[in-house]
Amino acid sequence: MQLTVWTYEGPPHVGAMRIATAMRDVHYVLHAPQGDTYADLLFTMIERLPRRPPVTYTTFQARDLGGDTAGLFQRAVQEAYDRFAPKAMLVGASCTAELIQDDPGGLARALKLPIPVVPLELPSYQKKENWGAAETFYQIVRTLASPDAPPPGFKRPAREPGVRASCNILGPTALGFRHRDDIRAVTQILEQLQVDVSVIAPLGATPADLARLGEADFNIVLYPETGFQAAQWLARTFDQPAVKTVPIGLGATREFIAEVAALAGTDPTPALHGAPSHSSWYSHSVDSTYLTGKRVFVFGDATHAIAAARIAAQELGFTVVGLGTYGREFAREVREAAKIYGIEALITDDYLQVEAKVAELQPELVLGTQMERHIAKRLGLPCAVISAPVHVQDFPARYSPQMGFEGANVIFDTWVHPLMMGLEEHLLTMFRGDFEFNDAAPASHLGSTATARPDAQSSAAPAVRVWAPEAEKELGKIPFFVRGKARRNTERFAAERAVDLITVETLYDAKAHYSR
Amino acid sequence: MSAGPNTLGEVCIPAKPLMRDDLRFAAERGQREVFCGLTGIIWLHRKIQDAFFLVVGSRTCAHLIQSAAGVMIFAEPRFATAIIDERDLAGLADANEELDRVVTQLLARRPDIKLLFLVGSCPSEVIKLDLSRAALRLSGRFSPQVRVLNYSGSGIETTFTQGEDACLASLVPSLPTQPQGAAANLLVVGALADVVEDQMSTLFTGLGIRNVQFFPPRRSTELPAVGPQTRFLLAQPFLADTARALEERGAKHLPAPFPLGADGSRAWLEAAASAWGVEAALFTRVTQPAYERSQRSLARYREQLCGKRIFFFPDSQLEIPLARFLATELGMQLVEVGTPFLHRAHLAAELGLLPAGTQLVEGQHVENQLDRCHAARPDLVVCGLGLANPLEAQGLTTKWSIELVFTPIQGFNQAADLAELFARPLVRRTRLVA
Repeated sequence: MQLTVWTYEGPPHVGAMRIATAMRDVHYVLHAPQGDTYADLLFTMIERLPRRPPVTYTTFQARDLGGDTAGLFQRAVQEAYDRFAPKAMLVGASCTAELIQDDPGGLARALKLPIPVVPLELPSYQKKENWGAAETFYQIVRTLASPDAPPPGFKRPAREPGVRASCNILGPTALGFRHRDDIRAVTQILEQLQVDVSVIAPLGATPADLARLGEADFNIVLYPETGFQAAQWLARTFDQPAVKTVPIGLGATREFIAEVAALAGTDPTPALHGAPSHSSWYSHSVDSTYLTGKRVFVFGDATHAIAAARIAAQELGFTVVGLGTYGREFAREVREAAKIYGIEALITDDYLQVEAKVAELQPELVLGTQMERHIAKRLGLPCAVISAPVHVQDFPARYSPQMGFEGANVIFDTWVHPLMMGLEEHLLTMFRGDFEFNDAAPASHLGSTATARPDAQSSAAPAVRVWAPEAEKELGKIPFFVRGKARRNTERFAAERAVDLITVETLYDAKAHYSR
Repeated sequence: MSAGPNTLGEVCIPAKPLMRDDLRFAAERGQREVFCGLTGIIWLHRKIQDAFFLVVGSRTCAHLIQSAAGVMIFAEPRFATAIIDERDLAGLADANEELDRVVTQLLARRPDIKLLFLVGSCPSEVIKLDLSRAALRLSGRFSPQVRVLNYSGSGIETTFTQGEDACLASLVPSLPTQPQGAAANLLVVGALADVVEDQMSTLFTGLGIRNVQFFPPRRSTELPAVGPQTRFLLAQPFLADTARALEERGAKHLPAPFPLGADGSRAWLEAAASAWGVEAALFTRVTQPAYERSQRSLARYREQLCGKRIFFFPDSQLEIPLARFLATELGMQLVEVGTPFLHRAHLAAELGLLPAGTQLVEGQHVENQLDRCHAARPDLVVCGLGLANPLEAQGLTTKWSIELVFTPIQGFNQAADLAELFARPLVRRTRLVA
């Protein structure tokens, strides 16, 4: 048993719903107790889909448990088929139905429906939402694409000269973080590279589209969390190479273009110069020097967290002080990335641990999920959201991709706007005592309604050392966004040396000790 | 404004309350598009301010509560889930020992907690984890600092607001017993907004009914006493088990319509007044100003809503009292009133007030109901969050039903607020031109 106050991911059947809802002509029949229909509102309220998710639930109750729940499930499958006439069906159980072991796959098969029926085994007590999405996508791809699979050992023949290369885009789902806009950004790049997009899946794909996945020359795995497993199977079965570079950030976008161009045998130049990048110039402009070395904490799904850390370090000149993910499936990749920044990755799905880490590191910017946004708000730190789990605000009305050159522009704006502008920061440091322009006042760009920053002391452990009044006063002259760290460092320094009274000298001794 | 049979020129004549048993009842079974009882934790944990709700369940349970409530707004809410994992199921870990460990961990984190509810879920029910024994065991260990109780909010046993019923019913045995010869007390049963309670207290005081308590109380240390001298009014229509438990303690239910709308609020107060033998003149003097003000505030909404056709999907069991208010006080026409359960005894007064021929549907087959809804093309649909946007996209106007549970709607002063909740979606439609 695990004490959970809040969870980054839902259960695996919600991942399956993200696949079913992304696709067309697919229906998912879920053996589930009354109440599990709550998951519909994720799609209709957060993503604001104008249609119900294509999901039928058996919604059994206690009175059904003594009777024939298997019969209930079969009736639900038959009724869903008759009413919605899907071209393929997913069947499975939610956590409670898993316990009653009715075998949805076998029950559905016995109905001999004239469409492919994909049984899903999603162990609810071990796995979570992203795993469920990946597994569901893999199973449905495998079921629908297998009939057209070549014999084992198949080698993809070289393309005829003059024939444009084609690719599939794998991974975008319903409830995805900016998936809709990322597809548009990536499709534009592929157009410039003269590569045809054969199938985008699961978002917008039909079962017939999945059946012809093997036709494309290669695959692009936009979201490894959901698309990687299916891409691996396609690579083995159809000898389709996969582009695994995720084009988030300028550097990654350039690498992505080079990788696709190499596979397609086309010239990357037009795509590389196709979109003017404001973000690169803005980052080089002098007013961005105040961004240098800003300490950032990054947390999210593995793909977005790794990309964000790279952008932060290489494209904005920040210092990555923390990097982590809630997705255990890609923990290895995140640990590798963390090594680049000389830090240890935080792999956890307990937001209280994340909060403790943020409080300990006292970063100047938090890049995370909606939960880190709340954590940052509580700690008085600037924050930008970079990853699912999604919130209604993560579906902006405007075009707002994360990928490609435009995505890099969007990211520049999203991350830099919460930060205090350079001159404002300097003035605060110089004129700390100004009655209306002081560090207790909220930053001007946050508007008059912003709440004042809590002193970092209040979120940290109670002070264990005694501070001399003049030392306390000196501490107050240190910019507020590093004051908490200075306080803790000084106290640790004093504790290690058994200094009972912290004086101004102790403060500066500690500063010298910890300075790089 | 559409000219329904209730509209005579400019004058709107509300549907007559007919005390005839000519309502049309139907029951159906199929997919139920409703929340489970765990959802009640969202308001109960705000109401009882020193209580903590620990769901013993799955990741789905945790995800449900945070999704339904959008709970990230709370720094650290007073609820959590002890997520059962495969080790518990495979018997590798003793589920009871695990639960004790989690509770100990939780109470160490939250020393402010005085009352802990262990809340059963679908998985804990199916694996037959005995939470009542666990609650006894943990109470023994942590009393007197913390009292530990249990109830089930599982979807296989409870629908949405029934979670509150189960929670309150589990609290009833803890209520102190009235001493012998104690004066009669009035218990108002069902979670209400604090502002509503305060208004009701003022009215009861005016009527000379002094010994009034609310259940659940705002703090678990303020549990009201109960005994044969206790009379109780239900403030919510979904409290069947709680009412039965109170009756077992000797308390007597005062049948009444529910305090929704001006007439509903007055009839509800009247039930207490007549039990306490309050003089008619005093009752009128105390309630008439509030009643008349309430009527005045309803007038503009009557103009907007009269003759409009409304369709209720089942959700909170508030549907029948709401339908009665909308039909009799605002002149709306009831196309279909769905309710997850129909407690005929508690709703007797409400049913008697519904217009003749009202179609009531108990239970749900959501697909068939959607078919009926589309065929009827009502002016306003009351439904859950999973259905609202899809129906809006198909040109129907909707009111999210969950807002009716989270908003102060009871009593004279809230009658117009309640009417406004139904008028707003219609007004919005007329405002938007693009």
